[in-house]
Amino acid sequence: MPTPTTTPPPTGGEPGQTPAPGQEKAAAAKRGSALRSRPWLAALFLLPALVLLGALIVYPIGYSLVRAFLDQDGSGFAGFDNFNEVFTDDTTLTAFRNNLIWVIVAPAVCTALGLIFAVLTERVRWGTAFKLLVFMPMAISMLAAGIIFRLVYEQDPDRGVANAMWTTVHDTFVDTAPWPEARPRPDAPLRASGDGSYTTRGTVSAADPASIPLVGIPPRETADALPAERAAPGGKGEITGTVWQDFVKGGRSEHGVIDQNEKALKGIEVEAVRDGRTVATAKTGADGTFTLPAKAEGAHLRLPGSNFEAPYGGVDWLGPTLVTPAIIGSYVWMWAGFAMVLIAAGLAGVPRELLEQARVDGAGEWTVFRRITVPLLAPVLAVVTVTLMINVLKIFDLVYIISPGATQKDANVLALQLYLESFGGGANQGVGSAIAVILLLLVVPVMVVNIRRLRRESRR
Amino acid sequence: MRISHAARTACALGAAAVLAVATAGCAADDEGSEWARSHKPTVELPKLNGQKLQVAAVWTGGEEDNFRKVLDEFEKRTGARVEFVPTGDNVATYVGSKVQGGSPPDIVMLPQVGVLRQFAEKGWLKPLGPRARAELRKNFSKGWRDLGSHDGTPYGVYYKVANKSLIWYSTQAFRDAGVGEAKTWKQFLDDAQALSDSGVDPVSVGGADGWVLTDWFENIYLSQAGPEKYDQLAAHEITWTDPSVERALTTLGELFGQRHLLAGGNGGALRTDFPKSVTQIFGQLSDPEAAMVFEADFVGVNIEGDTKARIGVDAQVYPFPRVGDTAPVVTAGDAAAILKDGKGAQALATFLASQDAAGIWAAEGGYVSPNRNLDLDAYPNAPQREIAKALVGAGDEFRFDMSDQAPAAFGGTKGEGEWKALQDFLKNPSDVRGAQRALERAATKAYGK
Repeated sequence: MPTPTTTPPPTGGEPGQTPAPGQEKAAAAKRGSALRSRPWLAALFLLPALVLLGALIVYPIGYSLVRAFLDQDGSGFAGFDNFNEVFTDDTTLTAFRNNLIWVIVAPAVCTALGLIFAVLTERVRWGTAFKLLVFMPMAISMLAAGIIFRLVYEQDPDRGVANAMWTTVHDTFVDTAPWPEARPRPDAPLRASGDGSYTTRGTVSAADPASIPLVGIPPRETADALPAERAAPGGKGEITGTVWQDFVKGGRSEHGVIDQNEKALKGIEVEAVRDGRTVATAKTGADGTFTLPAKAEGAHLRLPGSNFEAPYGGVDWLGPTLVTPAIIGSYVWMWAGFAMVLIAAGLAGVPRELLEQARVDGAGEWTVFRRITVPLLAPVLAVVTVTLMINVLKIFDLVYIISPGATQKDANVLALQLYLESFGGGANQGVGSAIAVILLLLVVPVMVVNIRRLRRESRR
Repeated sequence: MRISHAARTACALGAAAVLAVATAGCAADDEGSEWARSHKPTVELPKLNGQKLQVAAVWTGGEEDNFRKVLDEFEKRTGARVEFVPTGDNVATYVGSKVQGGSPPDIVMLPQVGVLRQFAEKGWLKPLGPRARAELRKNFSKGWRDLGSHDGTPYGVYYKVANKSLIWYSTQAFRDAGVGEAKTWKQFLDDAQALSDSGVDPVSVGGADGWVLTDWFENIYLSQAGPEKYDQLAAHEITWTDPSVERALTTLGELFGQRHLLAGGNGGALRTDFPKSVTQIFGQLSDPEAAMVFEADFVGVNIEGDTKARIGVDAQVYPFPRVGDTAPVVTAGDAAAILKDGKGAQALATFLASQDAAGIWAAEGGYVSPNRNLDLDAYPNAPQREIAKALVGAGDEFRFDMSDQAPAAFGGTKGEGEWKALQDFLKNPSDVRGAQRALERAATKAYGK
């Protein structure tokens, strides 16, 4: 749009001649005055833009406002019912809470990481390559990023990278149980005794070797195991016994009896317990037998739960408690690069002399960063944070894609709830519009801050 | 809606495999169905030379190809031209927009009872003519005729249906554990226990998909509380806090409450989606991760598409065990309904109600017809015959999928209503009362009464 200027009318240039700078300005002024004298012409030029803005922005906002006060099928006036529903519905309140978490955490973390990356990359030789790497996720669509992180957060350590790393670390420090999830049959002479342990119902004696049958072990795990041996009665009053897998393929074996082909369970810890105190412990050998010293006579045998602990399955990233932080993590992965690039640009404009001066004056790097760099970057940091806030308020795709059905409600945010209310099962566009209006009201203050700041900037 | 979605997704995934299987039947000739050539027509169709018809259905891929074979036969016999139009996932929306636009297809295959009634109410559907009615009376039991009717007027022909009361199992796992096909719920649980003893996870539940859980509940409820209560609950005439619901959930809790009976435990089941619940059984044939999975006949499509298991050899199927007096038969299906009346549309509806049309697709596999006069030999393998037999044999005691009869907000939306409430129940099976309250709350909101 031509801007009217106050330059006095020029003398005019010859047509076809390249106008000198002064002449060009003059021409613009002439056009300006022409438009001013004929307002219909200005209106005509503005019309396409106005029609587009009106049809695509003003009308939808207006209609959403109206729709928010109509009932489900849009035929009757509903007053504030829709808003009432929004503020009483548990699901929507969860969405509000999550949005709050998002708006506070995501921009802050992104900006902080961006600042750190920007300051650090300025110092390293391969800074540009590093910046490129961090910025790269921005090139991916939210949808694709969502799908990627859905896989990253997969519970099964064989499929999800996050848990693969986590379980590897965990298993390095914690031993895994020899026979996870093995258990006795309900009719076996054992009872559960808390903490996943099992204790014999009767007491043991040297004359009668104990037999401890267990089941529930996948056949592949015992494929290489030796056949179970019936323990011989121990000499010198020692207590003996066998722990074995009381099952053969086809299920045709007598319960509680060591049949042919039944496999020994090696490495199981057996404790002799008397009056709640452990008097002796032993481990089963390759043939499933164990020997306890004579002092175990008359004790109960206990198989502690550590024998049967399920393998560590990693963190339930997409469970009800961690789902929102997990999704915020994926957002940070995408947007930290954006923050970094903007802040790096700001950093390039920081006068070097100031930093040098501070260093010469004896300030350490940390002090320079805290007292010089950050204050000088403050305007940029504000821009980045505010931009990300607006971006985060409307977050939808990542949440919609990453959260599984069972925890979608726990991960819910306003934009998603808007969609689900309007086009999900209930198809209540009244409530959906009410949420849209609220979302708009939430964005407005941030926008106002942004616009005022921009104005200040341009006035400078 | 969700069942057909699921079936659709499953079918899209398995389309290639269905084709591969279908080649056995159609490789010999590309231009028609062998079944149609080897069987005498049982229904007389008018000559419709030069007429043009449009049929809309959700089917794509292998299903679309098989249905085209049926339409080809119709074209051959009548001389009409039939165009197939895929509707996309949401048939109701598609038809709604077409009717309002003034150019509806002549015939549409409607996947939900509720939609059929709703369209009939609006006057969009045209009643079936005398010939189609005659064919319907001859071949369909009253239960199926009623499902296709509204206010006593027949509108729909249930051409393709799903039997949703099936247990699919790994032959290997059952042989290893020495168990067989269960007839009662108690035996089913005992078998599960024996399977667990053998070291395999007994029951694979695709709890990440809420509709799998609603199907579990519906089968138990139908068998335990009986068809009348089932209908009342489906219409929300009795509340979800009813004692019959409590009993059914408690029964379901006998399985869900024992974490060693579920593949991956309760947490694992919640994270397992439907396709994975099938592949974890049939993915590794010699060393299965789990032994059996409950769901509809379309499990077969996943088995063929995603695994190397052969149906009838490595993968077998038996009807859902009875919990109460009789075994449940829960179904879903697509009904052909006329949107634009005419000689051609009536003729096609008549044809689809005949065993001629049913036989053509039956021979291709991945299909069950409620047509009681269709020779079971038309089906290509024993499991398919078994499925069809159980469905037709149920007479009028079968019931249509309850969650498909409910408003979508209750019975068909991810993370909401019945889906979410039953997922929470799977997470915490001891809280029957809490589940009932959650269900009732969601139902009250969705049914609006």
